[in-house]
Amino acid sequence: MSIAATTENKPAAPAIETIKIKVDGKEIAVPKTMPDPISGKPIPTTMIQACALATIDVPHYCYHPKLPVAGNCRMCLVEFGTPAMGPDRKPVMNPDGTPKIAKSPRPAIACATPVSPGMEIYTTTPAVKQMREGVLEFLLINHPLDCPICDQAGECKLQEYSVDYGQATSRFVEEKVHKPKRVDLGPRIVLDDERCILCTRCIRFSKDIVGDDALGIVNRGSYNTLSAYPGKAFDNNYTLNTVDICPVGALTSKDFRFKMRVWFLKETKSVCTSCATGCSIVIGSREEKIYRYEPRENDAVNSTWMCDYGRLNYKWINREDRLTDVKIGQAQTTWSNVLKQIADKLAKAQSGSVAIVASARQTTEELFLLAKLAKKFNAITDSIPRTGEGDKLLLSTDRNPNSNGAKLTGIASAQMGANLPKIAEGIRNGSIKTLIVFGEDMTKHGIGADLLGKLDNLIVSDILPNKTTEAATYLLPGCAHAEKRGSFVNGKGRVQRFLKAIEPRGEARPEWEFLHELVHNVTGQNGYATIEGLFNQMAKEIPAFNGVTWAALGDTGVTIQI
Amino acid sequence: MPEEFRLILKYADQPGYTPDMECYLRHGGYEALKKALAIQPKTLPDGKTMSGPEQIREDVKVSGLRGRGGAGFSCGLKWSFVDRKSGKPIYLICNADESEPGTFKDRQILHKDPHQMIEGMIISCFANDVKLAYIYIRGEFPEGARILNRALKEAREKNFLGKNILGSGYDLEIHVHRGAGAYICGEETGLIESLEGKRAYPRIKPPYFPAILGLYMCPTIVNNVETLCHVKHVVMMGGAEYAKIGTPNNTGTRIVSVSGQVKKPGYYEVEVGKATMGQLINDFAGGLFEGRKLKAVIPGGSSAKVFKAGEKFKLKKKGPDGKDIEHEVDMLDLPYDFDSLMAAGSMSGSGAIIVMDDSTDIVEALANLSEFYAHESCGQCTPCREGSLWMSKTLHRMTHGQGRKQDADYLLKIADNIPGGRTICAFGEACSWPVQSFVGKFKDEFIAKGEADEAKGEADEAKRAAASSGAGPTAELKIAASPNH
Ligand SMILES: Cc1cc2nc3c(=O)[nH]c(=O)nc-3n(C[C@H](O)[C@H](O)[C@H](O)COP(=O)(O)O)c2cc1C
Ligand code: SF4
Ligand code: SF4
Ligand code: SF4
Ligand code: FES
Repeated sequence: MSIAATTENKPAAPAIETIKIKVDGKEIAVPKTMPDPISGKPIPTTMIQACALATIDVPHYCYHPKLPVAGNCRMCLVEFGTPAMGPDRKPVMNPDGTPKIAKSPRPAIACATPVSPGMEIYTTTPAVKQMREGVLEFLLINHPLDCPICDQAGECKLQEYSVDYGQATSRFVEEKVHKPKRVDLGPRIVLDDERCILCTRCIRFSKDIVGDDALGIVNRGSYNTLSAYPGKAFDNNYTLNTVDICPVGALTSKDFRFKMRVWFLKETKSVCTSCATGCSIVIGSREEKIYRYEPRENDAVNSTWMCDYGRLNYKWINREDRLTDVKIGQAQTTWSNVLKQIADKLAKAQSGSVAIVASARQTTEELFLLAKLAKKFNAITDSIPRTGEGDKLLLSTDRNPNSNGAKLTGIASAQMGANLPKIAEGIRNGSIKTLIVFGEDMTKHGIGADLLGKLDNLIVSDILPNKTTEAATYLLPGCAHAEKRGSFVNGKGRVQRFLKAIEPRGEARPEWEFLHELVHNVTGQNGYATIEGLFNQMAKEIPAFNGVTWAALGDTGVTIQI
Repeated sequence: MPEEFRLILKYADQPGYTPDMECYLRHGGYEALKKALAIQPKTLPDGKTMSGPEQIREDVKVSGLRGRGGAGFSCGLKWSFVDRKSGKPIYLICNADESEPGTFKDRQILHKDPHQMIEGMIISCFANDVKLAYIYIRGEFPEGARILNRALKEAREKNFLGKNILGSGYDLEIHVHRGAGAYICGEETGLIESLEGKRAYPRIKPPYFPAILGLYMCPTIVNNVETLCHVKHVVMMGGAEYAKIGTPNNTGTRIVSVSGQVKKPGYYEVEVGKATMGQLINDFAGGLFEGRKLKAVIPGGSSAKVFKAGEKFKLKKKGPDGKDIEHEVDMLDLPYDFDSLMAAGSMSGSGAIIVMDDSTDIVEALANLSEFYAHESCGQCTPCREGSLWMSKTLHRMTHGQGRKQDADYLLKIADNIPGGRTICAFGEACSWPVQSFVGKFKDEFIAKGEADEAKGEADEAKRAAASSGAGPTAELKIAASPNH
């Protein structure tokens, strides 16, 4: 057993005190406290948390495990009882020796009521059923009949709970309340106030998670209306999370609305590639086209959020001008031909005459294979640093998803980009004759078309055309992360894997596949033909990975010491 | 017939009595404060000492004083819940939002004898180690706010407020905060939110009990104007002596606002439980207009469940042998106190009696109340937000010729889904109790109205059909436009 890498960075927590309660007759010990979603401080465990631990569903709208509790929807009302106390302040016992339970005359909201020792929670009583029916009826009387044209249909809590807990018919004969439709809330969001059930999740998210007190409610009573501050756009880098957490179709993404019915979307677990945070995401695709990214819960990385910038940065994958042909010069060719020719060329290369620039957007497996090539030829290597403004929540100043992968595999030094001037100089003075470039346009990073023209061999793999791909002697069309499997190491050392959502375009192949062939051809080393095997081999060879396996990465990854 | 017992309004209506400091001092003002500040620590038989403030708190418990804002909760007990170990400042807020329909007693105090309330407030603050307190006054009382600010200024000038009050070493500041005109700002946690500058959305309890997590998440006491005035008298006469006024467990006096179809609507201060509902209506308020008969009475502000004329209740009373004997009481013979009205299924609430005689259309009356609640619901929680307007729309329809036979049951079913802990605050009860009680007790009138409308609708339909001889388009039956909130 050599796995020192843990799923969490924290030291082992001290044993937490538990209390015994019953949920619908089922006895369970639950922690006395759970961390506050905002401050992380321990606060008393609530009924809804206890029910979740007992795997008993309590329907809810306003409650969200990552937000402060509001307690306004009243969907989570349950009945409960606590051990009866005698006048001597001692528990009263039943004849059979069990503690007598005094049932509370009033219900309680499960989302805000702490559990106490011996408490019994009842979620299936006729009264609870009636309260749920009542709340649903109230929510529906003024709700528009928009389902056929509503983006949320299919993932709407109002639809789901109506089926599970509601009534089939309506007795409402009055005129519905009308509110603004199609409100332009901000650059990325449209609001339909008639659909809003006023749960305030979006308000709390913006205020308490993002720190932007941008949304609020105006007017009274049933005329309550969600609004941004008058005249101000709802525009921070996290606005689209409100669309995810809105339990109904009130908040819609301008990018996604009316594009696709959600039940047609295939969902693939993946990772955002737009910065070193590497938020866990779900890719929604249909017929080899990507329609949306949504955040996926990962407490070690992104909680349940992602930024708008990363979320909307997927359109390049669907671009029409993707590189789809294998080329030698301007001529189309086959993979077997090009790989053979490259291997032949490299076989003749002198030690030190090869340089490799690999993108820190490549997967760790790909960088690992490129590092093997580099070792063989004693090549000088580097990656391109990419930075931007960061924030306190998620967005990292490092805009590469895998800078740590590049560093761990030895492709880049701690000072990423430090070798680029040396490579340029080597090309200029003729000592470097072969340049291998993966996923970067060198003309934007100090190696212009003139220098590229001096090379004997310019081996380029990329996804989209640029000045470097135009100058390539050998052009290898590669894949977006959505089209292959692989892993990244994020800024904090979290190793996360991602899966394949859609097929590669045209002749394009996952880079690790053809790199694996090339390494075999050039070095004679036998590697693994599967991503699992390749990862496991890498994890054995690179000490930091400490032998962690692909399988052990699971859905949320493993943190390693970097 | 019992007499008025004027304790709080002792001077307020006397000719020449003015709300300024000089007048108040001439009438023995701020003597209770001086007495409170001078209370010496007392050593108890067990050797522990009890500070002056602790002794006042104990005395308030002994007095049996119950809150005059609506819930009738024991003032001493409320003060005992305050978290005194948190290390955070303790705040006190005077609830001067008086907005329960039918209630007009706090305004008498605020306008005519502001110093009495301020004195009661300073003593209450001193008793609870409060250094900063607020008076939250409804926006519709601009004159009241002006009077209070002037009175506070006078109190500061006399060093009844400010630093080192009367050399006692005790500091206190009081600010006036004006509401912007919403009933829900009277609910204590809504009030606190509003005071913090937010929308008056009442808070969930747990965890936000004011005594622990109140204003700015600090322990907070909210008391009604009248309640705070009583504290002054408890200190002045001592808790045990005060408890002799009124009846057991219902001590002191109460200012009862009587309105509606009576000859002398007005406010009457009586010993709690010493006058009956009937005496308040018929004797104090002059009784009904000539030739009119009593139809209904709302006993404790518009939220309280209505009583129907002639309604009888079984109440328990202690017999000479100390045993409970059950006896039947007519609604008018109910002693006007906290416990009897509760036992009769309603409440004395804010102490406001609304009288309706036989000229009242009971459906219209309820429609009027429901429209108020639909307008005033803060809209935070689902049952109250949606239910209050639904009931109001139904009643609006019923009072505009579009009633249906089944509307009585329709209303009851809506109302039954709102109260009993289903909502965040007691407004849920406030808006549904009137509907439950009006429809429950006058159901035949609601059904009759619906039947009449349905019959008229059918007759109109037949007439139209005859007129158009079946060829023309049928005129659409238009539902009267809903009230505009
Ligand atoms: C909807 C609603 C409105 C209220 N309005 C008032 C009010 O206007 N004035 C008031 O003193 N109490 C009002 N209350 C009661 C307060 O919440 C609180 O109980 C009271 O101020 C406590 O003071 P007390 O203990 O001295 O009575 C209201 C309660 C509710 C639920
Ligand atoms: S827009 Fe959605 S998330 Fe926001 S309050 Fe309305 S229902 Fe809740
Ligand atoms: S924070 Fe970074 S990883 Fe997360 S969504 Fe934004 S760009 Fe993507
Ligand atoms: S019960 Fe009514 S007034 Fe009270 S919080 Fe809920 S919606 Fe607001
Ligand atoms: S989930 Fe909305 S009140 Fe509990």
